[in-house]
Amino acid sequence: MDTNTAMDLMWVLIAGSLVFFMQAGFTLVETGFTRSKNTGNIIMKNLMDFCIGSVAFWAVGYSLMYGKSIGGLIGDVSEFSFFDSAADMHSLFFQTVFAATAATIVSGAIAERTKFTTYLIFSLLMTLIIYPISGSWVWNAGGWLAKMGFTDFAGSTVVHAVGGCASLVAAALVGPRIGKYTDGKSNAIPGHNLMIGALGVFILWLGWFGFNPGSQLAISGDNAFAVAKIFITTNLAGAAGALAAMFITWIFYKKPDISMTLNGVLAGLVGVTAGCAAVSPIGALMIGLICGITVVFSIEFIDKKLKIDDPVGAVSVHGVCGALGTILVGVFATDGGLLYGGGFEKLGVQTIGVLAIGAWAMGASFVVLFILKKTIGLRVTKEEEIDGLDIHEHGTNVYND
Amino acid sequence: MKKIEAIIRKSKFDEVKTALHQIEVNFFTYWDVTGVGNEKEGHVYRGVTYSTSDIQRRYLSIVVSDPYLERTVEAILKTAYTGMVGDGKIFVSEIQETYRIRTKESGTDAVN
Repeated sequence: MDTNTAMDLMWVLIAGSLVFFMQAGFTLVETGFTRSKNTGNIIMKNLMDFCIGSVAFWAVGYSLMYGKSIGGLIGDVSEFSFFDSAADMHSLFFQTVFAATAATIVSGAIAERTKFTTYLIFSLLMTLIIYPISGSWVWNAGGWLAKMGFTDFAGSTVVHAVGGCASLVAAALVGPRIGKYTDGKSNAIPGHNLMIGALGVFILWLGWFGFNPGSQLAISGDNAFAVAKIFITTNLAGAAGALAAMFITWIFYKKPDISMTLNGVLAGLVGVTAGCAAVSPIGALMIGLICGITVVFSIEFIDKKLKIDDPVGAVSVHGVCGALGTILVGVFATDGGLLYGGGFEKLGVQTIGVLAIGAWAMGASFVVLFILKKTIGLRVTKEEEIDGLDIHEHGTNVYND
Repeated sequence: MKKIEAIIRKSKFDEVKTALHQIEVNFFTYWDVTGVGNEKEGHVYRGVTYSTSDIQRRYLSIVVSDPYLERTVEAILKTAYTGMVGDGKIFVSEIQETYRIRTKESGTDAVN
């Protein structure tokens, strides 16, 4: 093996490790934004969706996504199942942590009232089937969206919008937490520790420096410049997302809202994930600002108008901003974007891709969750929910003094 | 002997404590409490405006010998005052007996 190949492999493995650490970030954001009586349940969900995902994606998921494409719709399951291809282990690792990210997004949206068993089964099917199939449309060279020229560099839609769309369906089917809506009015259920939530956002931000720049999948030669540029576009979008969310809440709520600003960071990062390699720094800044503004209104809309209870804002951050960021590639891409003289063609392809993947993620999630609802059920009992999931589902409290 | 219980604003605690030390009331107990009152505090959480009547205050429990009663109450009335709704309340009750565990002293020898 030559030095360049070894360097590329090393970069993919380091970046993959950063993405793995995002699991810690998700755990912290979710626990911080919810009540202390459910912390243990959230720890277990985030830990186990990664563990289940690691096995499921190795066994079947990877092959379904990257095996030789059948009609552009799915990968050949027989090609890489029970993966043991010595030359591509780094690829399996990098893709596994991405699959686990898509799965773990759902955890936050249905926090504090969902049965643990139900979540485990849903999480398994997410990394086994739902995520790999839509992923194969884009990231498998033979996928139908890949052939159309759909751009989703690191997964605004493939990872985040899939997780966000599944979250929307899941949160709607599970129903709101007890006390969230009374007399048709939305009530605030403040999270128990915003410090934990803030640490989680910082960790996610760090993880994104693996998520996006790592998706270059190489660092040797001129790749190094591309990687460095993606660091900048990623960082600018996150910063702009936070700035936008902070000023919007400052204007509308009179005070700069902490949890919304934290969501703003994530909104910007999710938004730029699709276009981080295709847009200029100013384009990334604009995507971040647009997503940071959108996330605030989206969270309010889903909460107050749709009356879907999403304690951490996963649907808005990952679903709405993921879809929006992907579509905005058609506007800001320096090659083919609307603002760079590329006309509407790219914008059209981006929109088709988002709609198709969104429909798949929602449809497939609905089928799975509907069957689970009719069989083992989605929710814990009223008593379990009020006492807290920790003590009933796991037999212990997280905070013992 | 009397027990003086006072519910005061947390923001006024340092002033009250200093005033009590000045009149040689040197030991007392306090803890943070949540109560329900007339005062409503407005909050916004993730875009949802809500007002709460759950109010955070500090609860002081002071046991004094009879000669100290009046000046203790006066010190609290003076220093815990802002004039706005929610300044709190003072309760005075009779204490039958007091023992100091270390020295086995009892009665007024054992209090402020």
